[in-house]
Amino acid sequence: MTSAQSSRQKLGRKLINASAVLGLLYLFAPIVVIVLFSFNEPKGKYNIVWQGFTLDNWANPFSKPEFTDALIVSLQVAAVSTVCATLLGTLIAIALSRYRFKGSGAVNLFLVLPMTSPEIVLGSSLATLFLARGVERGFTTVVIAHIMFQVSFVAVTLRARIRGFDWALEQAAMDLGASPRRAFWKVTFPLILPGIVAASLLSFALSIDDFIITFFNAGSLVTFPLQVFGASRVAIPPQLNVLASMLLFGSIAIMVGGLIIESRRQRAASGSARH
Amino acid sequence: MLVLAIGVVSIGAGWVSGATRLVALSVMLVSVVALVWTAFVGGLETRRALAPYGLLKPGILWLSLFFLAPLWSMFQMSLSSKQSRFDFFPDFTWEWSNYSTALTDFAPQFTRSFSYAAIATVLTLLIGYPLAYVIAFRGGKYRTILLGLVAVPFFTSYLIRTLAWQNLLADSGPVVSLLNTLRLDTPLEWLNIMDNGRLMNTPAAVIGGLTYNFLPFMILPLYVSLEKIDVRLVDAAMDLYTTATGAFRRVVLPLSLPGVFAGSLLVFIPAAGDFVNAQFLGSPSTTMVGNSIQNQFLRELNYPLASAMSFVLMAVITCSVLVYAKFMGTDDLV
Repeated sequence: MTSAQSSRQKLGRKLINASAVLGLLYLFAPIVVIVLFSFNEPKGKYNIVWQGFTLDNWANPFSKPEFTDALIVSLQVAAVSTVCATLLGTLIAIALSRYRFKGSGAVNLFLVLPMTSPEIVLGSSLATLFLARGVERGFTTVVIAHIMFQVSFVAVTLRARIRGFDWALEQAAMDLGASPRRAFWKVTFPLILPGIVAASLLSFALSIDDFIITFFNAGSLVTFPLQVFGASRVAIPPQLNVLASMLLFGSIAIMVGGLIIESRRQRAASGSARH
Repeated sequence: MLVLAIGVVSIGAGWVSGATRLVALSVMLVSVVALVWTAFVGGLETRRALAPYGLLKPGILWLSLFFLAPLWSMFQMSLSSKQSRFDFFPDFTWEWSNYSTALTDFAPQFTRSFSYAAIATVLTLLIGYPLAYVIAFRGGKYRTILLGLVAVPFFTSYLIRTLAWQNLLADSGPVVSLLNTLRLDTPLEWLNIMDNGRLMNTPAAVIGGLTYNFLPFMILPLYVSLEKIDVRLVDAAMDLYTTATGAFRRVVLPLSLPGVFAGSLLVFIPAAGDFVNAQFLGSPSTTMVGNSIQNQFLRELNYPLASAMSFVLMAVITCSVLVYAKFMGTDDLV
C-alpha cells in the first residue's frame, strides 16, 4: 500500500469521525437551547431572544398553574394507560415468543401496523369512531387511544428482548414438581421482569409525550403537550423550559440508574456463576 | 381444526366490530365462552394448544376495537356527506367527491408532505449513517454510553424540542448569524434555502425540523444492522486487496441495507403525517397534509373530507409497508 493511499485513508477516517461528532452536536443543539433559555429573563410574551440571566424561573418552577396542572393530567393518563398496555402487551409477547401456532405471522404484521401508521391517521380515525358512536371525548378516550398505540409497542419491544429466553427452564421447574403457575411466577416472571419494566417505562414516555393522537381525542382535556401547543400561539413562559429541563434530567437519572442496576446484576450473576 | 376455528372467531370478532357493536360483543362473548368451554372439556394437550390464543385475545381485541374498527368507520365517514356545517352525524351516501376534493384541492399539501418527508429521510440517512457507523465500529466499550447520548435529546417533549428550533433559526438567532459570518447567506439564498435573509417559515426550516425530530428512528435500526456485521469480513476483504472504500462499498454497505430500509420507513411515515413542524417552523405556504386534516377535522368540522385525506395518506403508507414486509419481514422494524 502506498503512503499516499494510507494518508488518504487516515483523512477519510478523520472525516467520518468529524461528521459523527457534528451529528452529535446537531442532536444536542436544541437541548442546550432549552436548558439555557430556562435561565432567560424574557421581556415579552415569547421566550425566543436572549435577554438576561436569572434564577427566578428555577426558583418558581410551578408558578404557571396551567402548565403544572396539564403535566399532572399527563402523568395520570400515562399511569393508567401504561399499566393496562403493559399487561395486554406482555401477554401478547409471551404468546408470540413461547408458542408456535397458526396465524403468528398475521399477528406479527397486525402488531406492526399501528406502529407504521401515521399518528394523524390513528388519531383522526379513532376520533371518527367516537364521533359516529356519540362518545364524548375526554380522559377515558385519551386513555383508550394511548393504550392502543402502547400495546403494540410493549408487545413488539418485549418480544425482541425475550427472543433468546430459554423456555426449557420453566419445563425444568415443572419436572422438579412445580405447578405450571408456580413455575411461571418463580422462574419465568423474574427473568423477563427487567424486559417488562424497560418496555413499560418506554411506553410511559411515549404516552406523556404524545401530541397528535391526543389532540384529536382529548375533547376538553388538556394534557401537557396540548397545553404547550395552545400556549405556543399566545405566550411561552420560561417556566416551560424549566419543566422540560426537569423532565429531561429526571429521565436521564432514571436511565443511568437503570444501567447501573443492570450492570451490577450482571456482575453479581457472573460472580456467582464463577463460584 | 378446533384451534383454527377459535382463532378465526377471536380475530374475526374484531373485524366485524366496526359494523355494529352489538354483533361484535355477542361474537366476542361466544368466542370467550367457546374458548373456556374447550379448555375445560379438552385435556392438557388441547389446553396447551389453546394457550397462545387465550394470551393474545385481550390485546388483539383491544387493537381490533380501537385500531381496525376506527379505520373502518373512517372509511365510511370518507364516503359520507354533510347536510350543513353543523351536521355532526354525516350520512353514508357513497360520496366519492370527497376523494376528488381531497386530491385536487389539497394536491399541494400532499405533494409537500411526500416530498418534505422524502428529503428528510435522505437527510437523516446522511447524518445518521456516519454516526451509527462510528458508534458500531469505533465505539469500543463506550458503545452503550454513545447510544444513550443519541437517545438523550428525545427525553424532552417533542413540541418543546421543536419550539427550541424557533430559537435557533430566529432571524437574529445563532444559525442565521453563523451563516452570515461564513458568507453562506448569498449561496443559500440562491439555492432557495434562505428567503430574504430568513430561515424561519421556509420549507428548509420545516424539513430541518422533520429531519431532527425523526433522526433517532434512522440511527437505531442502522446501528442494529451495523453492529451485527462481523469485523473479520472487512479484514478478509482487505486481505483480498480491496481498498477501505471498496470494503465499505462491497461488504459493509450491502450488509447494512436492512437497517437503511427499516430506518427510511420509520422516518418517512411519521414525517409524512406530521403537522407540528410545519405549524411551528413553517408558514401558510409550507402546510402539509397533516395540517389540512387537522384543520378540516377540528376547525372546519368537515369530517368526511378530513377522513378522505387521512385515508389517502394511510393507503399510500400501508402499501409501502406491505411491500416492505413482503421482502424484509417485520423483525427489523422494532
